[in-house]
Amino acid sequence: MSGLTGTPFGALSIAILRGFVRDRSALFFAVVFPLMFLVLFGALLGNQDQPEIEMVKVGDVPLLDHLPADARSAFDATFDVEESDDLDAALELVRKGDADVAVEQRGDTLVAHYTQTEQVGAAITQVTLQAYVDGANVAVSGRPPKFGFEADRVEDDSLTTIQYYTPGLLGWAIAMSSAFGAAATLQGWRQSKLLRRLQLAPVSTPTIVGARVAVTIGIALGQTAIFLGLGWAALGLTLTGSWWMSLPLVVVGTLCFMAIGLLAGAVAKSTEGAVNMANFLVLPMAFLSGSFFPLDGAPTWLRRLSDVLPLKHLNEAMLDVLVRGEGPGSALVPLGILAAFAVVVTLLAAKLFRWDTA
Amino acid sequence: MTAISVVGLTKAYGDLTAVDAVDLTVDVGEFVGVIGPNGAGKTTLLEMIEGLRRPDAGEITVLGEPAWPRNRRLQPRIGVQLQASAFFERLTAREQIHTFAALYRVPARAADEWLERVGLGEKAASRVEDLSGGQAQRLSIACALVHDPELVFLDEPTAALDPQARRNLWDLLRAINEDGRTVVLTTHYMDEAEALCDRVAIIDHGRLLQHDTPTALVAAHAGGGNLEDVFLALTGREYRA
Ligand SMILES: Nc1ncnc2c1ncn2[C@@H]1O[C@H](COP(=O)(O)OP(=O)(O)O)[C@@H](O)[C@H]1O
Ligand SMILES: [Mg+2]
Repeated sequence: MSGLTGTPFGALSIAILRGFVRDRSALFFAVVFPLMFLVLFGALLGNQDQPEIEMVKVGDVPLLDHLPADARSAFDATFDVEESDDLDAALELVRKGDADVAVEQRGDTLVAHYTQTEQVGAAITQVTLQAYVDGANVAVSGRPPKFGFEADRVEDDSLTTIQYYTPGLLGWAIAMSSAFGAAATLQGWRQSKLLRRLQLAPVSTPTIVGARVAVTIGIALGQTAIFLGLGWAALGLTLTGSWWMSLPLVVVGTLCFMAIGLLAGAVAKSTEGAVNMANFLVLPMAFLSGSFFPLDGAPTWLRRLSDVLPLKHLNEAMLDVLVRGEGPGSALVPLGILAAFAVVVTLLAAKLFRWDTA
Repeated sequence: MTAISVVGLTKAYGDLTAVDAVDLTVDVGEFVGVIGPNGAGKTTLLEMIEGLRRPDAGEITVLGEPAWPRNRRLQPRIGVQLQASAFFERLTAREQIHTFAALYRVPARAADEWLERVGLGEKAASRVEDLSGGQAQRLSIACALVHDPELVFLDEPTAALDPQARRNLWDLLRAINEDGRTVVLTTHYMDEAEALCDRVAIIDHGRLLQHDTPTALVAAHAGGGNLEDVFLALTGREYRA
């Protein structure tokens, strides 16, 4: 007999794991469904950089054609240039909104034609072109420029789509499968009287609970590996230094959401009821915890509300260690909050627990 | 020798007295049937003797040990099939009984032998959800017996079976008893009780009405009929739950 399968703990764990792996809908909602969201969000929101300004260049414009190299690259990043020989046609394009600006050079004067519909674009165009003209004036004067300018890029909090969504959707996926798994197992085993049957076998309650917890944590770590692995290999996810801190976060987060599932399973009267209740708790929480969209723009009261939700703390901590480059210490407070949630909710679930349906 | 001794056993759910001052003894090696209409209190009585429910009043001694609170020394010595088929979801018949074997720290070989003995060798690789009613009952009986218990409780093992499956199950239950095990089963089929049991306990509204051999009960109450006539004479004919 192979070691683990012969012990009560090992046999129970394997039985529970088999039950999960063979449950297609559980597998779908734990892995495929959240991954669909990740791929979907990546595709929908992927390219959210400032759109280029469409410029029509009428005839020769020596001032722009002979830009210095550094100015050239900035120019190419800002403008999407189309050439034309017909000024009237170019103006018509600008008027209709098909182009943002038409430029021509009359002698030594650069003339830009634009509308005021798109004010930011217009301002950028104006300032940029003015700068080129000023630069050209300094260059022909032969004197070295008195003032210098240097651009220094600072890492900001805004992340690319995949970087932002992977941790939050992973948090949601773990919350869902942990809560549903616990709720459905408790209710299903109670309905079928398996819970009673196990009570009569020489296994302790901690062994039974421990096996269920071990399998759920294993599933959550599997979800993490799939999410991060696929994100990295196919979707351009880059993890920052202390990403490994996500592992204890996943473990404690799993305990927290299992407790919520146990509570739903203890209160509900049927398996469907338990799963519905788990859904009722987890789905709105996912919205309010930034799993589906950032909460930066949300009203203050909503953000205060989200502070009492465990998923918010899991998501924020996962963002910090996975993609924001925060150190391991940043996860300690969230770990404590999640653990406290797990303890309180488990105690509540234990108080409401019943062995039988009736 | 006495396997089970019950004195003054009482259990109420709110206002409803499900088991009402029941006295009962079962001897070692005996095959006893608990019969009664739906809602009579059979399951509640059995679950208290098994140690699953706490009695409101009364004494229960099982194999010389108190049944409540949950008694660890007793668990390996008793085998229980609950009324529903209590299975792990989505396991095959073999995985199911292997899991129960491991819970009792019994070698997997014993589990395979029981699977053969209840005639499920061919169905070993089928999921429990795909078994017929009779096959599921046989599997859950095998799971109850996998650790070779001295005392076996079966709650309505033949409910919802066709006559073929029922008769085959009778043979199995008889064989289990002939191996020397004490068997307690509940049923509402009188022919079953008559065919299998050494003694029957007739209960209704939580009260023990009779506890005797089928022959003695028929002689005393049926007026030339069978055990079913005794049963109806004692419990009346109004509809039950
Ligand atoms: N957990 C429970 N809570 C409340 N009432 C119950 C419970 N279990 C059984 N009962 C009631 O107790 C009575 C006896 O039930 P039970 O022992 O299941 O009878 P039987 O097994 O003979 O059909 C029934 O009226 C049933 O409705
Ligand atoms: Mg019953």
